[in-house]
Amino acid sequence: MKPTNSKAPIEQQIQTLYQSESRRVLATLIRLLGDFDLAEEALHNAFAAALEQWPQNGLPDNPRAWLVSAGRFKAIDRIRRRQRFTELSDQLPPSSDANDDELYTDDDRIPDDRLRLIFTCCHPSLSPEARTALTLREVCDLTTEEIASAYLAKPSTIAQRIVRAKRKIQSANIPYEVPGPSELTERLQSVLQVIYLVFNEGYSASSGAQATRVLLADEAIRLGRLLHELLPEPEVTGLLALMRLNHSRHQARTSPTGGIITLEEQDRSLWDASAISEGCALVREALNAGPPGAYVLQAAISAVHAEAPRWAATDWAEIVGLYDLLLRVQPSPVVALNRIVALSYHREPLTALTELETLLATGELDQYLPARAAQADLLRRLNRLDEAASAYAAALTLTNQQPEQSFLTRRLNECKKINSPVD
Amino acid sequence: MKYLCLVYSDETDLHGLPDSPHDSECAAYAQSLQDKGQLLAGQALEPVATATTVRVRGGEVQITDGPFAETKEQLAGFYMIEARDLNEALRIAQGIPPARVGSIEVRPVRQLQVN
Repeated sequence: MKPTNSKAPIEQQIQTLYQSESRRVLATLIRLLGDFDLAEEALHNAFAAALEQWPQNGLPDNPRAWLVSAGRFKAIDRIRRRQRFTELSDQLPPSSDANDDELYTDDDRIPDDRLRLIFTCCHPSLSPEARTALTLREVCDLTTEEIASAYLAKPSTIAQRIVRAKRKIQSANIPYEVPGPSELTERLQSVLQVIYLVFNEGYSASSGAQATRVLLADEAIRLGRLLHELLPEPEVTGLLALMRLNHSRHQARTSPTGGIITLEEQDRSLWDASAISEGCALVREALNAGPPGAYVLQAAISAVHAEAPRWAATDWAEIVGLYDLLLRVQPSPVVALNRIVALSYHREPLTALTELETLLATGELDQYLPARAAQADLLRRLNRLDEAASAYAAALTLTNQQPEQSFLTRRLNECKKINSPVD
Repeated sequence: MKYLCLVYSDETDLHGLPDSPHDSECAAYAQSLQDKGQLLAGQALEPVATATTVRVRGGEVQITDGPFAETKEQLAGFYMIEARDLNEALRIAQGIPPARVGSIEVRPVRQLQVN
């Protein structure tokens, strides 16, 4: 028997171990057993066995290997018992004849299992909604209730989505593997998109309760960090940097009453300095790795803002230059709009307004609130207050979100007040 | 594992675009799959105008012309392939020449439950 060094009771140590290791153990069990549900059951059985045996026998030398071994043993035992009834011979996991030690104690391979799990959950043959739900459930260990409340959906809808995704993985035989070099870039896009969608859902004011929104942003960053650790590709580094930098401002971007505070008006002392320095270091790492992709460029733009001590000290020339590069990598009307906004500070609002009107004439951004709000803002800054007021009024028709409505109403009233001389 | 790759395309695009494949290219691709033991069966189909649909309802046979297809894309051919998993099947599907002008639906084959 091995005496436990820590003063914490063993049950508590098991609880901590569950938080830190359960996803790694699950990922390895899915590989060994080739079945999500069987692996989840095995995981729970393994922890139940630990709770039963460890208080008497002490903590094993390698708890993770012990849990994998116990889980796998129990699952195989279960399959064998089932087989005796059904006489099916193809149900035994394919890896059962391999050397046990190689299966789960080789530390180099265990991170691969989590990476495999991420690629399987984010496979492009699953719908985007299914990828997100499955990743949050299997990789992040959020409950279906937590996922549902973050996405304002019914828990039964999310549960159903996860069940269908698992069924498709099984019946279409979606493999549990990290794609080869020829497919990696394309498949990685799907993974990055899932992580960024989760982050933005958490970051935007458009959904769920405050607590679950922060939870999603934190989970996305955790996931980005894990991916960066396992697969340090430049775009992975870029996405992690982008999320760290954007999230560094989250304390400053809403007022105590939930109102929107623009970048210009934010109290920069509320920005998270350690997140900023980590984010900027990641941006440098990614920029040194070769021609930057879309996530790296967006992170670099965010870094320029983060490094400006005051709004007036923002390096707009650098930001416009980065948007020019981003437009080349990812040509889209939304990127073009953001570039125009930066241009209005780098040159003057009139140049920007002319470009914005050309962009709006394409009709693609007609219903896009930030485009109408930017137009109103440029008119306001040009002191064309009547036009600005009607543009704010038009923008107001494009949103149902209370914080956005109050922000636009505040601006609308400012335009009206300045415009009507005091009698 | 068996997958059926269904080739769908607008019939005019199948032969009328600069990127439209020639029969010889399709035959060569099928041959390359066959050489690797990955092609179980595969055929190109005559245009949908030549199709006849059969139904049996309440024991009565109904025969009509064409399928009731609302979509612009028609079934133009199929490849029954043997692949290790979906990723391999998708790699094979990407190489099917009409993928450039139409689309390939990849479906796992279901084992009939016969006792």
